[in-house]
Amino acid sequence: MTLNPEHRSYEELSGNFTWAVAEKELDYKNGEVINIGWYCSDRICLKGNAAKVALIYEGFGGISRQFTYDDIRIAGNTIGTFLRGLGIIEGDRVCLFMDRIPELYLSFLGILKTGAIVQPLFSAFGEESLFVRLENAGTRAIITQKKHLQKVRKIRGKLPHLEYVIIVDEIKSADLAAGEVLFRLDNAAPVENFDICPTMAETPSVLHYTSGTTGQPKGVQHVHYSLISQYLTTKWVLDLRDDDIYWCTADPGWVTGTSYGIIGPWSLGVTQCVLDSGFSAQAWYRFAEKNRVTVWYSAPTAIRALMKAGNEIVKSFDLSSLRHLASVGEPLNSEAVIWSEKVFGKPFHDTFWQTETGSIMITNFPGMKIKPGSMGRTFPGITGTVLDPATFRPYPEHGRAGLIAFRPGWPAMMRAYWNNEEKYREKFVNGWYLSGDRASIDSEGYYWFIGRDDDVINTGGHLVSPFEVESALLEHPAVAESAVTSRPDEINMEVVKAFITLKPGHTPDPDLELDIMNFIRKRLSPLAMPQAVEFMDRLPKTRSGKIMRRVLHAKEWGEEIGDISTLEND
Amino acid sequence: MNVNEMKELIMNYVIKEYIDDDDVKITYETPLISSGYVDSFSMVSLLVFLENKFRIKIPPSKATPEAFDSVNNIVALVNQYLKQ
Repeated sequence: MTLNPEHRSYEELSGNFTWAVAEKELDYKNGEVINIGWYCSDRICLKGNAAKVALIYEGFGGISRQFTYDDIRIAGNTIGTFLRGLGIIEGDRVCLFMDRIPELYLSFLGILKTGAIVQPLFSAFGEESLFVRLENAGTRAIITQKKHLQKVRKIRGKLPHLEYVIIVDEIKSADLAAGEVLFRLDNAAPVENFDICPTMAETPSVLHYTSGTTGQPKGVQHVHYSLISQYLTTKWVLDLRDDDIYWCTADPGWVTGTSYGIIGPWSLGVTQCVLDSGFSAQAWYRFAEKNRVTVWYSAPTAIRALMKAGNEIVKSFDLSSLRHLASVGEPLNSEAVIWSEKVFGKPFHDTFWQTETGSIMITNFPGMKIKPGSMGRTFPGITGTVLDPATFRPYPEHGRAGLIAFRPGWPAMMRAYWNNEEKYREKFVNGWYLSGDRASIDSEGYYWFIGRDDDVINTGGHLVSPFEVESALLEHPAVAESAVTSRPDEINMEVVKAFITLKPGHTPDPDLELDIMNFIRKRLSPLAMPQAVEFMDRLPKTRSGKIMRRVLHAKEWGEEIGDISTLEND
Repeated sequence: MNVNEMKELIMNYVIKEYIDDDDVKITYETPLISSGYVDSFSMVSLLVFLENKFRIKIPPSKATPEAFDSVNNIVALVNQYLKQ
């Protein structure tokens, strides 16, 4: 398979563009079977790359493993056979709730091969976050590790659809409860041939959960045809070539970790590496050096953390193999672009997309002029605009701040919010998909990010719903009322801050603050944990009793409070 | 509180709050951050615990993943600010 060896100009790639470019390269024709699991493993082997390394894995303490494309093909078959043996069928939801161990990546392929829907969830989720997502999806099986089993066991009784809890690492059979199954890939008989489910373009494939301003998290449902734009954006934007060693630092619990941490690179037959350990600048640079990483896709939060670690540490490592750097998750500030040019000799290329879009929408192509601080231009085939928030019509002139919107129809666009048709419909107005983000477009078509159009908090590139945190806070025995907003953060762009009034008999003190923080961390996730708690006598409310989050937000960000005529007075 | 008592206190807190698997045994030298037992977001709650318990203020620039990477490292960090 020959990948794009030359950088063609943006205009050249955009001219007469159709998604048929990707369909042709993938030998896919409209109406034929398309299964991501097959495309990411079997097809690469059939192309003569069975012996090529697909995955270089390193866990904490230097534990490392390698898998060839033939290995991942067989592993997918073996896991698929096991699941089918349990009775898992097309359309069932199978959750992946694991750290970034090889079984996570291999199970992703195995589930897709059976025709079931993969539901990846971030393994740091607490029991409440896990419960609402499993309940909403009606998940039939969950694949997890022993270390996360306690969280699953705590909620199992409330999940009648959850028939199987599959544990992939060491656990004694005697310790298994009813419905818990041990599956050790290393001990399973390898399955050479598997009857892969003949999924079609619109067959559901992946179900990622994302947070909104109100209500519970929404299950964003993708289909196997998403492969088309995931493949092409990986090739053109991340610029992956046959001999690349690619490192996507995202966890597959989030969409970047599946679209560009599994599907993109493996459908291209590229070698990718995974580091499953906590963050440290030293460990990351060592990993990049050791594996001679050439293409690195990371997040602004990580880049800012590397910046904080200083420039001297970079000099201790040979990072000359790095050829192309890209970033996603939140706006990449211009300082980070300039810093990367200084220390790595090349800039990070910003990319913009969402769980709902499934693939990159706005980007800086390799070879394209980079304007530090800009998100770049729309990917070929993507029609984007900025809408007037009053009329939901595109602004006729450049430079106006409005809502980022896209014309529906690209291959990886979500097909539904699981069991939530109403919310799905709300995402489309006047024939535009509303991203929920605001930006302006300059005269050259570059997008400049401004912020969210709602109260959702983007912390370290992950969305946190203030509603979800506020609801969980009310379950704490000392909390009477709560309001949650963001506050600025040097590394994570913004973090969660909670404003709380206490029930009678409780008084504010530092230990209570810590108790509340830990309560949310365990119930929801570390991301959702308020990094600061402010105790108040009363929360700002409208006369009708609605909490005015924007007043608190403005206070945290040093902004104008705006109209407070509806604010409740004493 | 002597150093050994401090170590014990911090160790117990880490086990109680961050280690879900009963079979995981950690020592004073076990890496906490780089091993993934404590992530960067959760590090903030550990920082608040230390500041509350020892009545100290650790500046953000000193609250690094390296400084929090083991119970022994944390004890050394706390001691720096206890002496001030």
